[in-house]
Amino acid sequence: MTQFWNSINPFPGQHSTFASNVDAIFYFTFWLSAFFFVAIVGFMIYFVVKYRRIEGQEPETSPSHNTTIEVAWSVIPGFLVLGIFWWGFTGYVDMRSPPSEAYEVNVIASMWQWQFKYPTGAIAKELHIPVKTPVKLIMQSKDVLHSLYIPSFRTKQDVVPGRYSGMWFEATDVGVYNLFCAEYCGQKHSDMITKVVVHPVTAEDATDEVKETFDAWMEVAADPLKGPGGVVIPLEEAGKNIVEIFQCAQCHSIDGSKKVGPSFKGNFGKEVEIAGQGKVLMDENYIRESILEPTAKIRLGYEPKMPSFKGQMKDEWIDAVIAYIKSIQ
Amino acid sequence: MATDVMPAHSETSRPEDNYLTASKGIMSWLVTLDHKRIGVMYLIGTMTAMFLGGFLALLLRAEHISGTPTFFTHDQYNQLFTLHGAIMVFLFIIPSIPAALGNFILPVMLGAKDVAFPRMNLCSFYLWVIGAIFFICALLTTGLDTGWTFYTPYSTNTSQTNVVLATFGAFILGFSSIFTGLNFIVTIHTMRPPGMTWFRMPLFLWSLYATAIIQVLATPVLGITLLLLAAERMFGLGIFDPKLGGDPVLYQHFFWFYSHPAVYIMILPAMGIISELISTFSRKPIFGYRFIAFSSMAIALLGFLVWGHHMFTSGQSEMVTIIFSVLTFSVSIPSAIKVFNWLATMYKGSIVLATPMCYALSFLFLFTIGGLTGLFLGALATDIHLHDTYFVVAHFHYVMMGGTLVAFIGGLFYWWPKMTGRMYNEFWGQISSLIVFVAFNLTFFPQFVMGSRGMPRRYYNYLPEFQVYHVLSTIGAFLLGFGLLLAAIVLIVSLFKGKKAPANPWGAATLEWQCGSPPPLANFEKTPTVGNPYDMNSVVWDPDTESFIRRGDVPPVTD
Ligand code: HEM
Ligand SMILES: [Cu+2]
Repeated sequence: MTQFWNSINPFPGQHSTFASNVDAIFYFTFWLSAFFFVAIVGFMIYFVVKYRRIEGQEPETSPSHNTTIEVAWSVIPGFLVLGIFWWGFTGYVDMRSPPSEAYEVNVIASMWQWQFKYPTGAIAKELHIPVKTPVKLIMQSKDVLHSLYIPSFRTKQDVVPGRYSGMWFEATDVGVYNLFCAEYCGQKHSDMITKVVVHPVTAEDATDEVKETFDAWMEVAADPLKGPGGVVIPLEEAGKNIVEIFQCAQCHSIDGSKKVGPSFKGNFGKEVEIAGQGKVLMDENYIRESILEPTAKIRLGYEPKMPSFKGQMKDEWIDAVIAYIKSIQ
Repeated sequence: MATDVMPAHSETSRPEDNYLTASKGIMSWLVTLDHKRIGVMYLIGTMTAMFLGGFLALLLRAEHISGTPTFFTHDQYNQLFTLHGAIMVFLFIIPSIPAALGNFILPVMLGAKDVAFPRMNLCSFYLWVIGAIFFICALLTTGLDTGWTFYTPYSTNTSQTNVVLATFGAFILGFSSIFTGLNFIVTIHTMRPPGMTWFRMPLFLWSLYATAIIQVLATPVLGITLLLLAAERMFGLGIFDPKLGGDPVLYQHFFWFYSHPAVYIMILPAMGIISELISTFSRKPIFGYRFIAFSSMAIALLGFLVWGHHMFTSGQSEMVTIIFSVLTFSVSIPSAIKVFNWLATMYKGSIVLATPMCYALSFLFLFTIGGLTGLFLGALATDIHLHDTYFVVAHFHYVMMGGTLVAFIGGLFYWWPKMTGRMYNEFWGQISSLIVFVAFNLTFFPQFVMGSRGMPRRYYNYLPEFQVYHVLSTIGAFLLGFGLLLAAIVLIVSLFKGKKAPANPWGAATLEWQCGSPPPLANFEKTPTVGNPYDMNSVVWDPDTESFIRRGDVPPVTD
């Protein structure tokens, strides 16, 4: 039964403080519309049946104009729609007035992925937020228009290149929800989907779906050298996490195939050809330099396209990345 | 003024000639200045565009039978929805009613011999053809993948497809539309015969007049915008691309400043047709004539003030957003007035469910849903959730397809005997309207549900929870394609098998039914006497000619 109800219910669950108001406006408009719709179609069918043409019988004359009625049905709907406007407007003002003490997350949208950066320096591909806490997103786009849309929160805002856009919400329930890109952004627009993970603030509120508290998650996310629960993990594995956070794989494959940059696979400890400098040994120092000063040595056949990660990549993290690259042979 | 540019026909024409038989050969069509022949050519052109756009739509729907890649790639899907939208909007729905039916009917309904500028009329058609060729070239070379909205900066700095070619196509089509509009405005102002006062004009003409005003005032803005877009893409002028110092939201303002009024270019003529159909097939004068006429004008003017409702989440200022929301609700009133008046027209009528009336009743049902769902989108808090989802897709298909296309087909069945001189098969016509009605709802109603559940539009893949709605919609779409094909077949078969049409098969009192079917080259042998266009008592059934004829005893209207 609940399954049946869910499949015809026009909405996903309500999981933000806006959701119940938005749905209330929706249902108010819906029932008002349903009333008018049923009345209009009802009269239409009734007239078609009642006044169908009978051969040889001309219709009795009836007035073709009645100012009172015409003014009434112009003015009354006018007031009704003004009511809808007013309710929609007040709901909108709430959505666009973030409380001053909101938790801030930076969002970077690019074709075709989301990146979320936290005040602690943590970076994630999914949006992790604490439950029952106002969260404010400060959004920017690296390329074209995108739009961040979380149906369960009933909110959406376009991300426009060349400026910051903001939005805020407060999640009411621990859980995992869909996050979509809603503004067409080219080839893989429909793959620009990720999740919002709403974490409990205290351990008692944990659910089977989301067990970690926000702080526990953050401790790990902010420190790629640690695994779940804060345990120390092997350096190679930490390196893998870091490569994932910085999205190195966009340009470097791990299977030997050529992308924008050379593959990580099978190069460590070998001589590599550098444009204008001959052969150079790829060792720990070479990797370190490539991360911090990528243009110093350009591999033959590649373009100097890699950005520097100086100031973003901590020394211990570089150690981990080196260990990871070493391991891919 | 138009009489001196009328084609030279008098030497050859015999009384039994009509506009179809008055001259022969392909050239007599290609260089014709006769508004009726231009209307027929426009009809063939726009119908071809519609079936091409419809074919693309079926491919799109087929892809959605599952949420994972099925028949096409990402890129192919993006090209399909772009070309579907662009072809339907620019090549079909904007020119369809005014340029095809309007061109044919407007002068005859007015009691005039032609439009004011017949050469400009022909030029408008050729501009349409050239614009269509640009679109086809874009389609055959690289396709187009920006969406019909051409949003920047994707369209100017990222898309690898032939955006410039397509924008030039749309630019030229814009001029075609402006020429039609200008012609109609001048024709209605200057060529009404004696007795045809503004308030004795049939409502279809009022709606074409209101449409023409929008065409002339709004289309130039689209033209300029598309030129700016092309300049940015070709020469790197920074107008819309932030990397070059431009502003992408500015583009959206320009685009919707045209494209919102354009949705009224699409619907107003359809509303005009419905006013004619409901009155004729209820055998009653239209209820609230002046309210309907004025509401057309009100829609045309208010339609210019609400473009920002397409941009509630775009990042435009919050104050502007709120103002656009309240203005949006103001346009819903004139539409509601029309619906109430059409209903009141049926009250105590003598209603016959001929095919055009079946389509008109479908229109009432579907347009009401389309209009009412506009309220959900006009209200800010709900639009934030619904914007750019399938809810919007369903909304505008209910108004554009359920509204405009259905009214267009209704009008086509209504005026078909006049245009071709043949009666179509009534039974199969009614069946086609029933299939179209049912299939339409099956196609688009599930889209409301999935939209409000969060299914974004323009998605090639989708999450499994949306599959059931997509599958229903796809089944509906193929059924709908079949229904439309059936309607086309019924009309085409009538050309060969149909009974000869009388001058006035329906008993309407507007002037186009007073000349022969098909009309003679000059429309009327002698200037018709103008009466009340909705006085159904002025015509009676004449069993001898199997046609309605004017009653001799109706005194001419004096004032
Ligand atoms: C009662 C009257 C109507 C109201 C209140 C209304 C309201 C709206 C609103 C607010 C939107 C923006 C939704 C969004 O993008 O979030 C919208 C979209 C749209 N409407 Fe309407 N509308 C009405 C009638 C019409 C009519 C008559 C047409 C066309 C014949 C139409 C065609 C469209 C189209 C094409 C779009 C979407 C365009 C796009 O994004 O591609 N609407 N409508
Ligand atoms: Cu996107």
